[in-house]
Amino acid sequence: MSESSGLQIDWAGLAPLVIVFVAAFAGLLVEAAVPKARRLPVQVALAVAALASAFVAVVVNADKNGAVFSIGGTGLGSVVIDGPGLFLQGTIAALAIVAVLLLAERRTVRGGDFVAEAAVVADSAADIEQRREDGATEIFPLTLFAVGGMMMFVTSGDLLTMFVALEMLSLPLYLLCGLAKRRRLISQEAALKYFLLGAFASAFYVYGMAMLYGFAGTVDLAGINQAGVSSGQPRMFLYIGVAMIAVALLFKAAAVPFHMWTPDVYTGAPTPVTALMAACVKVAAFGGLLRVFNVGLASSAWDWHLILTIIAVATMIGGAIFAVTQRNIKRLLAYSSIANAGYLLIGVIALGDAVGQTMFYLAAYGFTVIAAFAVVSLVRDGDEEATHLARWAGLGKNSPGTAVVFTILMLALAGLPFTSGFTAKFSLFAAAVQADELGLVIVGVVSSAILAFPYLRVVVLLWLSEPAPGAPTVNLPSPMAGTVVAAGVAATLVLGVAPGFLLEIVDQASTFLNT
Amino acid sequence: MNELPLLSALVAVPLIGAVVVASIKRENADAARWTALGFAGAVAVITALVAVGFDYSDDAPWLQFTESYTWISAWDLNLSWGVDGIALLLVALTAGLTPIAMLAAWRDLDSVTRSVPAFFALVLALEAAMLATFLASNVLLFYFFFEAMLVPMYFLIGSYGTGPKKQYAAVKFFLYSLLGGLLMLVAVIALWVNNGGVFDWQTLVDAEPMAAGTLQNWLFLGFFIAFAIKAPFFPFHTWLPDAGGAAPAAVAALLVGVMDKIGTFAILRYCLPLFPDATRTFAPWVIGMSVIGVVYAAFVAIGQTDLKRLVAYTSIAHFGFIGLGIFAFTQASATGAVLYMFNHGLATGLLFIVVGFLTLRRGSAQIKDYGGAAKTLPLLAGIFLFAGLASLSLPGTAPFISEFLVLFGAFTENEPVAIVATLGIILAAAYVLWMYQRTMQGDRNPVLDEVPAMKRDLTLREKALVAPLVIAILGFGFYPQPLIDLIEPAVDNTLGFVADEPADLPLGADNE
Repeated sequence: MSESSGLQIDWAGLAPLVIVFVAAFAGLLVEAAVPKARRLPVQVALAVAALASAFVAVVVNADKNGAVFSIGGTGLGSVVIDGPGLFLQGTIAALAIVAVLLLAERRTVRGGDFVAEAAVVADSAADIEQRREDGATEIFPLTLFAVGGMMMFVTSGDLLTMFVALEMLSLPLYLLCGLAKRRRLISQEAALKYFLLGAFASAFYVYGMAMLYGFAGTVDLAGINQAGVSSGQPRMFLYIGVAMIAVALLFKAAAVPFHMWTPDVYTGAPTPVTALMAACVKVAAFGGLLRVFNVGLASSAWDWHLILTIIAVATMIGGAIFAVTQRNIKRLLAYSSIANAGYLLIGVIALGDAVGQTMFYLAAYGFTVIAAFAVVSLVRDGDEEATHLARWAGLGKNSPGTAVVFTILMLALAGLPFTSGFTAKFSLFAAAVQADELGLVIVGVVSSAILAFPYLRVVVLLWLSEPAPGAPTVNLPSPMAGTVVAAGVAATLVLGVAPGFLLEIVDQASTFLNT
Repeated sequence: MNELPLLSALVAVPLIGAVVVASIKRENADAARWTALGFAGAVAVITALVAVGFDYSDDAPWLQFTESYTWISAWDLNLSWGVDGIALLLVALTAGLTPIAMLAAWRDLDSVTRSVPAFFALVLALEAAMLATFLASNVLLFYFFFEAMLVPMYFLIGSYGTGPKKQYAAVKFFLYSLLGGLLMLVAVIALWVNNGGVFDWQTLVDAEPMAAGTLQNWLFLGFFIAFAIKAPFFPFHTWLPDAGGAAPAAVAALLVGVMDKIGTFAILRYCLPLFPDATRTFAPWVIGMSVIGVVYAAFVAIGQTDLKRLVAYTSIAHFGFIGLGIFAFTQASATGAVLYMFNHGLATGLLFIVVGFLTLRRGSAQIKDYGGAAKTLPLLAGIFLFAGLASLSLPGTAPFISEFLVLFGAFTENEPVAIVATLGIILAAAYVLWMYQRTMQGDRNPVLDEVPAMKRDLTLREKALVAPLVIAILGFGFYPQPLIDLIEPAVDNTLGFVADEPADLPLGADNE
C-alpha cells in the first residue's frame, strides 16, 4: 500500500474504544444466548474484564500523541490520542469498573436495584409480582455503551465525532435512569426529564456546530481555533456557536443555570446509576469542555471568558446555597456535584495552566462520590433506601463502621486536609491563582465554606443525634459493594496523603495535541 | 544537638497512641484510660528531652532540632519540623496539660452510654495535631494540621459535651474555624504562587522580604483573620463561649488553654516575619480590637450566669491582652504576650478543671445552683479561689508577670491604650471575685445539701492533678526568669522584622 493514499489506522490507539464497544455488543449476545440464571456473573465478568483491558490499553498507549486516523501521514481530527485524552480515558475506565461492581450488587436488596421488565406498568399487579425477580442484566451492555461513548467523547478531535460520542453516552443513560425497581414512577419521570432536556441540549449542540462550521469552514477543533484568528466571517457566528456548544456541554456538566435536571435525575435514578453519572459522566463532560475550550476556542478566549466566569460563579454559589436546604441525601449530593462543577469550571477557564489539576480533581472527586453513593445504597428502610436525612440520625450508634466511612467521605467533600478533597482543591486553586483567576478562587473558597455546612450536618446526624425509632438498617454489602466502598475510601485517603504519583502523571499528561 | 528525631516523635507518638487507644474495645474502659495516659506521659518525657537539649543561648539558630522529610515535592510540602523558644514553651504547655486534662476527665464519662476509648483517642489525636502546628516549619504543613485539628475537637465538643446546645456549639466552632481556614488557604496559595513555589518557612524568612503593598496586606489579612478566629480576638470570638460552655471541662481546658494559643502563636510565627509591612499597617487596628476585647469581654463575663461561659469570656479578655502585647512591638510587651499564653494556659486550664469538678458534683454549671458551697468543699473552694486569683493576675501568681510586662511595654508605646487596658484588671477582679462569692460564699443554697456529691471534697486523683498546676503557677509567679530566658531570643528574632529600631527595652536583670 502506498504511503500517500489510503487510510491508516492506529489500532493500538483505538484499542480502548474498540474493546469497550466490542464487549458491549458481546453483552447483547450474552443476553440472547446465556440462560437467565447465569447471566449476571457472565455480564459482570465481561464488563469488568473489558474495562480492565481498556484501562491496560490506555496505559500501554501512554506518551502517545497523534491522530488515530490519518490519510497519507496527515492526521484526521476525528479521534486524537494525547495526554489529557488518555488520562481521562483511564480515569473513566477505572471509575466505571467500580461503578459496574455497584450495579451488580444484589445482596443488599433482593434481586438488586433494577427492574426485571421495564415495560410492565409501574405499580400494577404484574409489577408487584416482578419485584421478587432478579433485575435485568441488560444494564451491563448499556453501561458499556455509555462508557465507550464517554471514552470517545474525551478523545474526539472534531465536533462531529464529539456529537456522536455525546449521543452514544447519553442514550443508554436515559434508559438506565428509568430502570429503578422501587419508586418506579419517580425513576421514569427522572428518565423522561433527563431525556427531554438532554435532547434539547443535543439540538443546541448541533446548531452550535453548524454556526461554528459557518464561521470556520471546518468542524475540526484545531481548525476552529485557527479560524478564531484568521477567519473573515462575521464574528457573530463564532459567538452564537460557542454559546450553543457551551450550553450543551455545560448541561452535561450540570452547571448553573443548566443544572435543573440534576437533583431530580440523581434522586430518581437507581443509586448505582447516579453514582455512574456523578463520577464518570462528570469526567467525560469536563474532559469534553477542557478539550473544546483548550483546543478549539483558546484563540477566542476573550470572547467567552466573561460569560463562563459568570456561569462558574453562579454554579459555585448556587450549588452550595441550594445544598444547604436539602433534606434528602441524594439531592444533597446532587447539589454538591453542581457546586463541584463550578470548581471544575475554574479549571476550564484557566485553560492550559490548569488542565492537569482539573483532571486530578476529576479523578479524586469521582472516587469519593462513587463511594458516597455506594454507602447511600446500603442504608435502607426495609427494601427501600433511606434517603431522607432524618432517617440517618444516630447511624453512628448502630453502624459505626458505615458511619466512619461516610464521615471520611463527607470530610473529603468538605475539603479537609489529609483527604483527596483537600489535595484536589489545593492543586486546582493554586493553578487558577497562577493563571490570574484569584477572584474565582476566592468565590470557590467561600462556596466551599458554605458547602461545608450541609456536609457537617450529615456528620452531626450520624454521630451526635439519637437514633430515630425504627432506624434504618445497614445491609451488609456483598463483596461487590464492599469493594466499591473500600476502593473509594482508599482512593480518597491515598490521594489525600500521598498524591505525589498522580500529580506527576497529570503533570506529564496535561498538554493537548494541537494546542 | 540531639541526633534522635525527637520532634517527629512528638507528633508521631500521640498519633500512634490515638490509633492504639481507638482500637481498644469499648468494654475495657480502664485499659483505654491507662494506655492513653501512658502515651500522653511519653509525650511529656520527649518534651522534657527536647527542653534539656535545647540551646538557650542568644546566638543559637532560630529553629532548633530541625528535621525535614520530603512529602509532596511538587508543592514543596515537606515534613519539616523545628522548634524555637516560643514553640517549646507552648509544646511544654500542651504536653503538660494533656495528661492533666485526661486525668480530669478520668471518671467524667459514663462508660455505658459513651465510648471511653474513642474519647481518649480523640484527645490524643488533638494533642498530635496541636503539637504539629507548633512544630511545623513549613507553611502548608502547618495549614494541614491547623485544619485537621478541627475534626477531633468537633467530636469532643459535639459528642462528649454537655448541655442542650452542644451540637450547635460544635457546628459553630467548626464552621467559624473552617471559614477562617479557607480564607487562609487562599492566602497560602497566593503566597506560594507569589514567591515561586516555596513553602519552607526558613527559606521564606531568609528570603528578601515581600514588597509592601496591596498584595502583602491581603495576604496578611488572610492569615490574620484565620488566627484571630482561632485565638479568638474580638470581634471573631462569638464561637468560644458556646464551645467552651458546651465542651466537657477537661476538653475546654485544652481548647482554651492550648488550642486557642495556636492563633496567637501563629500570628507571631507567620504574620510578623512574612508580612512585616502589613503587620505594621494593621497594628493600630489590631490594638484597637484588643483593647475593646479586653473591656467588652470583661463586662460580658460579669453578666454570665453559666460558669463555663464565664470562664470562656474571661479568656477572650485575656486574649485581648495578648494581642495588645504582640502588636505593641516592644520587647517587653511581646515577651509578656508569649509568657501570657503560657500562664493563661495554666491559670485558665486550672480554672476550667476546677469548674469541671464543681459541675460534675452538682450536675450543673449555672451559678444560681450554687451558693455557700465552700462549707462542705473547703479544699475545692480554695483551689477555685486560687485559680480565680491567678486568672485575675494577682501578684505572686505567674499571670501577674506577663500582664505586667504587656502593660508596661504597651505603656511605653501608647499610653492611652495601656490605661484603658488596665481597666481590664479591675474588671477581672470584679468578675472573678463575684463569681467566687456567688458560688462559694454567702447563704448556702439549701439544694446543695441534697446532693451527696457536693459534700465530697477533692479526691486523691483530683488533688494529684491540680497540684502540678498550682505549683507551676506559684513557681513561675515568683521566678519567671527561666521562661523569659527561653523565649527572649525567639521574641527578638520575631520583632526584628517589625520593630523600627532594635528592640532594646530594659527587661529584668539578664539584659546587658
